[in-house]
Amino acid sequence: MEQSVRVELYRTMVLSRAFEDAILREYHADKGPGFDIGKGAVPGEMHLSSGQEPAAAGVCAHLTTDDAVTATHRPHHFAIAHGMDLRKMAAEIFGRETGFGRGRGGHMHLFDPDTHFSCSGIIAEGYPPALGQAFAFRRQGTDRVAVAVTGEGAANQGAFHESLNLAALWQLPVVFVVEDNDWGISVPRSASTAIPSNAERGAAYGMPGERVEDNAVEAVYAAAGRAVERARSGGGPSLIEVHTVRLLGHFEGDAQGYRPELEDVPGRDPIPTYERTLRADGALDDDAVEGIATEATERVEDAISFAKKSAVPDPSTALAYVFA
Amino acid sequence: MTVTDTQAPSSHRLTTSKAMVDAIAYEMERDQGVVYLGEDVGPYGGIFGSTGGLLERFGPERVIDTPISESAFIGLGIGAAVEGMRPIVELMFADFMGVCLDQIYNHMAKIHFESGGNVRVPMVLTTAVGGGYSDGAQHSQCLWGTFAHLPGMKVVVPSNPYDAKGLMTSAIRDDNPVVYMFHKGVMGLPWMVKNPRATADVPDDAYEVPIGKAAVVREGSDVTVVTVSLSVHHALDVAEKLADDGISVELLDLRSLVPLDRRAILDSVTKTGRLVVVDEDYLSYGLSGEVAATITDTDPALLQAPVRRVAVPDVPIPYAHALEYAVLPRHDRIEAAIRSVVDA
Repeated sequence: MEQSVRVELYRTMVLSRAFEDAILREYHADKGPGFDIGKGAVPGEMHLSSGQEPAAAGVCAHLTTDDAVTATHRPHHFAIAHGMDLRKMAAEIFGRETGFGRGRGGHMHLFDPDTHFSCSGIIAEGYPPALGQAFAFRRQGTDRVAVAVTGEGAANQGAFHESLNLAALWQLPVVFVVEDNDWGISVPRSASTAIPSNAERGAAYGMPGERVEDNAVEAVYAAAGRAVERARSGGGPSLIEVHTVRLLGHFEGDAQGYRPELEDVPGRDPIPTYERTLRADGALDDDAVEGIATEATERVEDAISFAKKSAVPDPSTALAYVFA
Repeated sequence: MTVTDTQAPSSHRLTTSKAMVDAIAYEMERDQGVVYLGEDVGPYGGIFGSTGGLLERFGPERVIDTPISESAFIGLGIGAAVEGMRPIVELMFADFMGVCLDQIYNHMAKIHFESGGNVRVPMVLTTAVGGGYSDGAQHSQCLWGTFAHLPGMKVVVPSNPYDAKGLMTSAIRDDNPVVYMFHKGVMGLPWMVKNPRATADVPDDAYEVPIGKAAVVREGSDVTVVTVSLSVHHALDVAEKLADDGISVELLDLRSLVPLDRRAILDSVTKTGRLVVVDEDYLSYGLSGEVAATITDTDPALLQAPVRRVAVPDVPIPYAHALEYAVLPRHDRIEAAIRSVVDA
């Protein structure tokens, strides 16, 4: 694999993490005393994706912003890897008028027509619209593809299965991605899914299925490369499951009492792991790591600053945008 | 029957279903982005005749039989609409909304809002509604009040061929999601009791019936009857009968629930002072309450008598003919309501 590609994967993961670290900080800044989920500059539920960056970085490295990505209620890493505007994204999370949805969407409902990005707060229900984007791309005579993401818990929802069948039946250019972080909120995968790998489910619908173990970003990149190429060339859909890790709770405020191995989780952080690999291979050195970190921090702080300086939506416009 | 401004020079007698198809075909000619997806919409032509002949004319690339997977294919319509197409997607019976409701109310209807107006979802969701033919509790509901209650989708309910064509044209051209609900009893189907007004002269050319504008089907001075869909015909029958008794009924066909033409309701009740609402959907928390509230929220003094509501009394639609007719808003109940309001 080319060193430049490896460095880009690392850079994407670092940027995503920097963004999430900043959101984590801002989210908790004014939640006290105690913890009031509705308080602060960033109110409401917050689902952070720290630890899950390899799936997003590895998949989106094969895409341009002409391709579509539909993410989940935990969407930030895919949004960033797909190249969404950090300022508009931060502003939406802060509920500001300058955000992607002018403050109507929030962090689970980011929509960007420029990058064909969307996400859904309802598990598995982002899959069906992704079929339609793929359908339109093919009708429009392009080789664009749609990527649809769920978690392993959502793979037991009806919409997941309907979508795989229809995509395979019509050979739509879709790449289905399942992020297996072992937990559906508090329910372990062993209590929700009867088979060891959702990738096996591809066979039931007539499409290739591939599982990537150990949160390995380069293996994700390789698997996604095959799947995206297959979709672009008219070969139809593929299913990829990435075994990943959720470093934080399901949502901020989740004490994770259900997670006895919590002390092991930080050790499974994919970013330092990958950084060690790249350093050992000579792809990164101290200067490069510091440069990437600094660039990420600067971009993120610029976005957060932009969000904070942006106007909150005028309450008199609360009824706007129901209809076009 | 419908009060309209223009009449095209050439017309044909069409059933409501054929008038719908007429509009779809015209729009498919005009815009390559218009496709029709659903169960049995291809060679069958739609279980209720909603796509008859379209496959032969436009081919399987644009008139597409789907698997029985409503979440998947309604969601597919959403994604295609987001990317610039204008899909029409058929949910065979409105009763089936439960298997795909998330796509309808959380996705189709909310994406424009959640995106702050940056993403449009110009699609039409067609669906068959209504009872009266012993199809039982899971195949006879109207449920338009449910769709109308959930923000972000327009809801149109034509009662006759002319409106069916014009509303379909408007729905396809609209930049919003439009739920187009056709009552089986007004379609003019060969295998169902024929409503005599389910066949009418329809202009050959394309035309739009504006969404959100009620029609004054019959002018009158004693009482306003507000309704939609098949109930328009029942109410019209009753109004003609009551005219012999000297009761002058003004009849409004709302034609759409969202937007609701509150102005037309207010104007009519201002004139008559009395209101009966007829609704084939469930009584509680629905269209009839909304129409009544339109008056009471604005000026209760417009009313010279309490509003009467004739709707399905919060019971699943029964199978047996006698039971079904007992709960549907048919002629006898409509007539009794009008007489009681006029006598009050």
